[in-house]
Amino acid sequence: MQNFIDAYSWVNIRFLLEGLWVTVEVSIVSIIASFIIGSVLGVLRYVKIKYLSAIVGFIVDIIRNLPLMLIIFFTYFGLPHLGFKPGILFATILAMTIFESAMLAEIVRAGILAVDYGQMEGARANGMSYVQALWHIVFPQAVKKTIPTIVSQFISLIKDTSLATIIVLPELLNHAQIIYGQNSAYIIPMFVMVAFMYFVICYALSVLSRVLDKKLA
Amino acid sequence: MKKFKRYIGLLGLVSMLAIVLSACGSRQSLSKQDVLTNDKASNTITWGVKADTKLFGLMDVSDNTIKGFDVDIAKALTKKILGKNGKAKFVQVTSQTRIPLLKNGNIDAIIATMTITPEREKQVDFSDSYFDAGQSLLVKNSSNIKSVKDLNKTGTKVIGVTGANSVANIKKYAPKAKVLELSDYAQAMTALKSGQGAALTTDNGILYGMAAQNKGYKVVGGTFTKEPYGIALNKGQQPMQKAINKALKEIEADGTYNRILKKWFGNVKGFDYKEAAR
Amino acid sequence: MIYILTHYWSELIQGLGYTLLSSIIALIFSTIIGTMFAIFEVLPSRTMRIIGRIYIEIFRNIPLLVIAMFFYVLIPMYVAKIDGFTAGTIGLTIYTSSFIAETVRSGINSVDPGQMEGARANGMTYWQAMSKIVLPQAFKLVIPPLGNQFINLVKNSSVLAFVAGFDLMYQGNSIASLSLDTINSYMVVGVFYLIITLPLSYYMRHLEKRLAN
Repeated sequence: MQNFIDAYSWVNIRFLLEGLWVTVEVSIVSIIASFIIGSVLGVLRYVKIKYLSAIVGFIVDIIRNLPLMLIIFFTYFGLPHLGFKPGILFATILAMTIFESAMLAEIVRAGILAVDYGQMEGARANGMSYVQALWHIVFPQAVKKTIPTIVSQFISLIKDTSLATIIVLPELLNHAQIIYGQNSAYIIPMFVMVAFMYFVICYALSVLSRVLDKKLA
Repeated sequence: MKKFKRYIGLLGLVSMLAIVLSACGSRQSLSKQDVLTNDKASNTITWGVKADTKLFGLMDVSDNTIKGFDVDIAKALTKKILGKNGKAKFVQVTSQTRIPLLKNGNIDAIIATMTITPEREKQVDFSDSYFDAGQSLLVKNSSNIKSVKDLNKTGTKVIGVTGANSVANIKKYAPKAKVLELSDYAQAMTALKSGQGAALTTDNGILYGMAAQNKGYKVVGGTFTKEPYGIALNKGQQPMQKAINKALKEIEADGTYNRILKKWFGNVKGFDYKEAAR
Repeated sequence: MIYILTHYWSELIQGLGYTLLSSIIALIFSTIIGTMFAIFEVLPSRTMRIIGRIYIEIFRNIPLLVIAMFFYVLIPMYVAKIDGFTAGTIGLTIYTSSFIAETVRSGINSVDPGQMEGARANGMTYWQAMSKIVLPQAFKLVIPPLGNQFINLVKNSSVLAFVAGFDLMYQGNSIASLSLDTINSYMVVGVFYLIITLPLSYYMRHLEKRLAN
């Protein structure tokens, strides 16, 4: 018990919170960016533009089927070879955005497919163009339908930021590792605290998604 | 059958894509700029340092800065190279990430308990050695292991860190042992504590730091290799290499080196800092 | 790339083997455990429902990496001597089981409740009706999501690299630092992952389409 009290000293907790802030920062930016990019890619896959949709689909499939950790290595170690040198924070955000956009593209595409085709026809019969109908009628409904899936994907994103500890991003898990690395009596208290912090954020988000889902339904 | 052909075609396409990308990757366009000129212009040298290694580079949780022998040497060198107002910037690295980061130009130089080896010299250039370490073993106080010979048994597990020279060495000195590679020293120590391996192996300086931090563990077996630490630079950075070597000689001559050595190793049990003084 | 392939072939194959082994073991056990907790959640007993809910919510909302590392450190200290591969696979199983529980539960819920009532009216006990009537139908519904979970498992098994689990990613890290050719090493590892996951994911899409019709 004494280990827990010592481990949760203000200095350590402050250090963990600094890590948590990086986790939150990376998550928020990646969530916003991947929602936008993922939606565009999902629509592109759905509308079937010759070649473009096939190429987008192929790339999305490749990214979806790789472990996120590899994509982190590619953005951090690989991109500089192509002449672009991201810092560690940016490299992580980029990796998360690339991976999650591909995951979301698939979700959005499935969502659009699930919206009744009649809706599209009805909108067009009322004089809307294809793009208008897609943007104003079909897409909002697709997002509404897939909110639980999208939010659970975002929860995965938040959890997955912990993988960036391998490239020493100073996020929550990394800061916990630094603390217990210096005093191994703190291993269990640190794991408990880190798990608790992730849990609070992710659980809050999943409750929010359920509320949102009920309200919109 | 048709589907099968499509999968094969797809996999072929993927491999082609990978080969094309890797061909781009092997193009040598990187960090051809002169690091010394750039650093002088920005008045900053960016060093890659460890943040999980007591005595050499350890994160101080209370003020979020990295402290240790490597860090102090880097600061002293920066002052010699850039003048009194020169700034030293520190980026955390692990044994696994340091060489890619250097080659990518994220850092200007590595000063992170890095042994000068012929294999590494094919990829990077080293300064003169700034510290002489030797590989040793960390075990539980109750352990029967006395030297590296005791590890050379089938079924014995030895803990090391990915990318560290000590992992390659142990495969030579105890070929029958199985090596478990963890991502950094904090993880390696945690693995030793939870009994995942019989011993943790790396350089003596690092191990003394670990033994000081963790009661119930001791360094055994003396040193069975010579591990001269060097500062790593990208190939083709001769001006920076010369500047660092000159600065090293200067801090050794004016006593700065010995002062830093005493500060970190003066009170380490089992380590004779006077022997290492220059 | 060719150099990495030829020089480190045995390490890569070993890594591939461990990745597959871990994924398959985790799939089997997480399906069993997941189904168990899914049943907990639809039981008439309130206590069981709460236990099921707590299990699912806890392990769904904590990163897999934290769970795997926790087991790697904790189990050998207090319970039994296990290696990184075992600890990682246990972590993978528990993490995945919470997702599978959620999937199976929604599968059970989408089976018409009339079926359960009918079976019980015909003299079956609750457990007979559940195992003979409801679960088989629920499983038919959840086969595609289970397939996708397997793809996720193969990708997620890369956390074994953090606990010295000798999987593909661990070997990749090791090869990258031995050969000092980071990008090509990870490129090869990427192709190895795609060899497993890409055909699987196309097959799952095909299966989904077939089941939808």
